[in-house]
Amino acid sequence: MRNREILSLVLILIVAAVSLFIDFAPGNSFLGRDVAIRLGLDLQGGTQVLLKSEISADRETMQTAKGVIERRVNGLGVSEAVVQLSGADRIIVELPGVKDPAQAVETLRGTGRLEFIDTQGQFLQAGTVVRTTGNPNPLALTTQPTPQATAVLDPNTAPVPTAVPQPVPTIDPNMPIYANITDGKDLDTRSVQPRFGSSQTLSNQFAVAFAFTGQSASRLETFTSQNIQKPMCIVLDNVVFSCPVVQAALVGGSGEITTSTRADAERIYNQLKYGALPLSFQVESSRTVSATLGQNSVDASVRAGIIGITIVALFMLLYYRMPGLLATLALLLYTAISFAIYKLIPVTLTLPGIAGFILSIGIAVDANVLIFARLRDELRHGKSLRLAVEQGFDEAWPAIRDSSASTLITSTILFLFGNSFGVSLIIGFALTLGLGVLLSLFTAVVVTRTLLRLTIPLSIAQNPWMYDMKEAPGLQR
Amino acid sequence: MKNIVKLRYWWFALSLLVIVPGAISLGLYGLRLGIDFSGGALWDVQFVERQQSELNTDAISRIFNDTGFPDARVQISQSGTGATALPGALVRTKRLSGSEPEAQQRAVLDALQKQYGQVRLASLQSVGETVSAESNRSAIIAVIGACVAILIYLTIAFRRAPHPLRYGVCAIIAMLHDVALVIGGASILGVVTGLEIDALFLTALLTIISFSVHDTIVVFDRIRENMIGRRSGESFDDIVNHSIVQTLPRSINTQLTTLFTLVALLLFGGSSVFHFVTILLIGLLSGTYSSIFNAAQLLVVWEHREWERWFGRKGGEGEPATA
Repeated sequence: MRNREILSLVLILIVAAVSLFIDFAPGNSFLGRDVAIRLGLDLQGGTQVLLKSEISADRETMQTAKGVIERRVNGLGVSEAVVQLSGADRIIVELPGVKDPAQAVETLRGTGRLEFIDTQGQFLQAGTVVRTTGNPNPLALTTQPTPQATAVLDPNTAPVPTAVPQPVPTIDPNMPIYANITDGKDLDTRSVQPRFGSSQTLSNQFAVAFAFTGQSASRLETFTSQNIQKPMCIVLDNVVFSCPVVQAALVGGSGEITTSTRADAERIYNQLKYGALPLSFQVESSRTVSATLGQNSVDASVRAGIIGITIVALFMLLYYRMPGLLATLALLLYTAISFAIYKLIPVTLTLPGIAGFILSIGIAVDANVLIFARLRDELRHGKSLRLAVEQGFDEAWPAIRDSSASTLITSTILFLFGNSFGVSLIIGFALTLGLGVLLSLFTAVVVTRTLLRLTIPLSIAQNPWMYDMKEAPGLQR
Repeated sequence: MKNIVKLRYWWFALSLLVIVPGAISLGLYGLRLGIDFSGGALWDVQFVERQQSELNTDAISRIFNDTGFPDARVQISQSGTGATALPGALVRTKRLSGSEPEAQQRAVLDALQKQYGQVRLASLQSVGETVSAESNRSAIIAVIGACVAILIYLTIAFRRAPHPLRYGVCAIIAMLHDVALVIGGASILGVVTGLEIDALFLTALLTIISFSVHDTIVVFDRIRENMIGRRSGESFDDIVNHSIVQTLPRSINTQLTTLFTLVALLLFGGSSVFHFVTILLIGLLSGTYSSIFNAAQLLVVWEHREWERWFGRKGGEGEPATA
């Protein structure tokens, strides 16, 4: 009998030691595994977008699009980013810790179609949305006509006031369609080279080198040799980027796009380098949280957690005395194991996730409360301590089992339901709550029970005061 | 011994007294749906160079209007605590455009900067129609699924007790009591403090469902146990009453410990979870009440088939009601 308890105690101590080691693992690595705590977007800041294809696409095209977006994400240098398909025509992108979310998303979903257009000697303002033979109906012109864009394109059309509730989704047929000289699909992605950072030739000048192949290359060469000293507009995804004056013929269809800022150069480089997207994507939904807000939330939750655990521990000590002390030890162990598991699996901690953990402390304590209430009942009826401990556990078990099962059922349903994008934060809650229930079974049934059994031979455990009772006839005084 | 069972109709009346105002509010004002379920965008903007008193909801609303977001609802807020506290504004608008959300975002921030100096976008969420419709659908499936799964589990768990289905049904009714109370409460809070029904609210609701059943099971477990060791001459009412009295210390203690952790979250958990924790608090209190004063009492009502007498009274004709 005693051997079994000592064995359990050794087991508990090993679990505790391993958990504590993982919790405070130096360099956040355990057996070669990275066990850094993962924080969700709401805690570390970042952005999550749901991109929806403008037209319905087959699985293969979506996979290709996903691949292109993945390469662009890698080009952004964001760690722990997630790109996944969702349903038939949507892609979820998560960019934790990204500094300028708006720009990052712009880079990811730009189709990356590079065109040079023939404007018949006209200069177009940078930022103008134009119709090209490559894409005569850009979505930016159909759904959200921006006043500047329409005004520049067609002086006869009055700027559409933004207060108009529903912009008519048609394109003015009078708007010119510019013939393109090059086609995006002829761009040689291997030729796309940065001319910024370490590979910069001149300071204060940022550029991206490119080269076209096939028909586009010969057309570009012909056009530039015939139109020296005339403007030629560079259009990226139907947005005019710049209209430089042709200085010399682009022999072999290669050249450079110069930009005034490094950010622009990086965006263009990323889009050209990692290939054009086969589809255009709309931002269906998005969530962006700043890093400071995330940090505030972490601080607040940690403070709330510590205060919550402290008050619960004090209450258990005052109300149940010695069993309360053992339960507090079990509770601390519970916290240590929980965090070790979060780091091992890993569980991405979100704000609702932390709330779920703090709530699960309540469940862990409840199991102990149930057991101790039964223990006192048995002592009151004059049972010996050994018998009271065993029967207390046996009698409390059905209630603990059934109530844990009902919480497990709901957390499973929450988990399944949380897979829908709009409510994806819930997964964290369901996961920490569900894990909490399973763990609390372990701590209450194994840890508290072993600790209680071990105290039975101690003379101090035979004192009714230890259980906040006046009389317990079965105790051996 | 205290006789809790005898007063059962008083407990039911007390429940009604708490639920009815919420139901009235629900009928009059409905629920305020957050962007998760109704679609739209929520901007949380912080003003680095301004005091809270210098901010004006109308002026901010006008800036949003001029940048393409008519009907913006602005609420001045305070984010962070102590030295890092910044005045802010929570602005609810229609969703961002799908094709150029980045440009819209920049336009709004530029316009705000022009007026108020440096601003920071603490968070921005935009939810499109298909996503909100999906969330609505899965929310309904989740709640119904949870109810059915729990009913099945309870019927199985109490299969050895006489009339196992009764336990499941009574637990579900007590749970619906809590759901009704919380949704009514959310409607009132929506009117008073602007609480919105978002994904977190739904999480809180499902948690309340599971805790409510959790509490009920503990009471029912005692009833089941006491039924097995039933002494002759002991009525069902006595057993239920005895079981409630036996589990009362546990119910109170568990409620207290959960209360401690929740109050800690409420006071120190930050503004992001404030409403979430408030709803949880209301729901968990209701859950403990309903398991003792509704679920167990309903078992007694069912045992005596007391509703036959209710209809006798209500009809007013035929045989006189016997109380």
